Amino acid sequence: MKIGVLALQGDFAEHVAMLRSIGVEPVEVRLPEHLEGIGGLCLPGGESTAQRRLIDRWGLRQPLLDFAATGAPLFGTCAGMIVMATDIAGGEEPVLPLLDVTVRRNAFGRQLESFEADLTVPILGDQPLHGVFIRAPIVERVGSGVDVLATLDDGRIVAVRERNIIATAFHPELAREPRFHRLVATMAAEHQEPAEGSARRRHPTRREGLRR
Amino acid sequence: MSAETSTWTTKKGLAQMLKGGVIMDVVTAEHAKIAEDAGAVAVMALERVPADIRAAGGVARMSDPEMIQGIMDAVSIPVMAKARIGHFVEAQILEALGVDYIDESEVLTPADETNHIDKHAFKVPFVCGCRNLGEALRRINEGAAMIRTKGEAGTGNIVEAVRQLRAVLAEIRRLESMREDELFVAAKDLQAPYELVKEVAVEGKLPVVNFVAGGISTPADAALVMQLGAEGVFVGSGIFKSEDPARMATAIVQATTHFDDPKILADVSHGLGSPMRGIALEQIPDAERLAVRGW
Repeated sequence: MKIGVLALQGDFAEHVAMLRSIGVEPVEVRLPEHLEGIGGLCLPGGESTAQRRLIDRWGLRQPLLDFAATGAPLFGTCAGMIVMATDIAGGEEPVLPLLDVTVRRNAFGRQLESFEADLTVPILGDQPLHGVFIRAPIVERVGSGVDVLATLDDGRIVAVRERNIIATAFHPELAREPRFHRLVATMAAEHQEPAEGSARRRHPTRREGLRR
Repeated sequence: MSAETSTWTTKKGLAQMLKGGVIMDVVTAEHAKIAEDAGAVAVMALERVPADIRAAGGVARMSDPEMIQGIMDAVSIPVMAKARIGHFVEAQILEALGVDYIDESEVLTPADETNHIDKHAFKVPFVCGCRNLGEALRRINEGAAMIRTKGEAGTGNIVEAVRQLRAVLAEIRRLESMREDELFVAAKDLQAPYELVKEVAVEGKLPVVNFVAGGISTPADAALVMQLGAEGVFVGSGIFKSEDPARMATAIVQATTHFDDPKILADVSHGLGSPMRGIALEQIPDAERLAVRGW
């Protein structure tokens, strides 16, 4: 299983290390041709303004949208969430409008407001998750197809999923927290090789049976 | 759930978010916008770029808070600002302003000839310069959450940056090859705490992000230090002392991302106009060298 990491700018090396630690082969994606043969993609933290320019300069925008349209999982952390949002508060143009949410950049303020906090993420089990928030964004609005995966105590939304797109305002890759990456790897495996029970393909043995 | 601000993870973490990027020196809000539009990951707000500080002589100090505030208001990317080595009150003022990172910088005239700032005492993270591994580890021990090799600022000459980056990385490789019982003496020789020396020997890298500064003035310079192992670059005079700053800034950003792709490097190096003129290191008297500041 290969999973790509958008390696234009930011903490992509931390995503690469996390994928390797869970037994997935990471692929650094800098140009459209690097999307070939990967089952999913992580969009790292970093500066979304810089990433936007690097995505546009070498024509990655459409190939990334096409990749998402195949149903392969995409997982964005912090800047990666901003890059995938359909709406950015304050009127910036979206980069890859894949996730029907409105995000606000630097929603907590400047670096002095960066923080760590434990979160509950029900789909990842009972064990709380340690969230590292660095000049983090927040989700201000979610569309009807978007599931909220985690909120802060005050109710502000910090993790979401819409079909094959997952995004967090925090950085699991900085907290030795592998559960999101495992989830992405599982979704990628299911996308590439739908298993028994999948609605997208009949079970191979049953298909064999029907042919006879 | 209790939230904790200004932890070591968040301090170090912001530098991790800047990796693979270019931090640009800017002296006005207009420069800062040009830098942000070109794809800078952060800007360093200061009154004069190092080349002008060098030319002007005299005492170089922290910039006017009004000018720093103007830049903070103008851009959405992180804003860094410089304090003099050892001048913890300038650092207190910068923290009160709310800058995102403080550079305790040899480019300004040192305020203390023995001590650096106790950076653990601050909520805002610090980046510090180094010429070698021992200096890097001393700064980290004092609380620096990001390191940059110093190069020789304001010269447009990459030679010092290359020398220092190679020195740091060679010393790391040397530690990696040592037996555990040899690390005690290595720590003594490096004049650095044993715990940090051991950590570097085990991990094979600095415990914080390591950028290169001082002398980068073309896309090829940026790609050179990235190929050598830098995690990102600071560009000071190299952008706004070049003929076409917006274009040079964009090209250096692209080269820092695609540092390993000569075709793209050739593409972005086309038609940039002249880079800053630059100075041969031999022409700089020892007393005017900035890299030797820091203890």
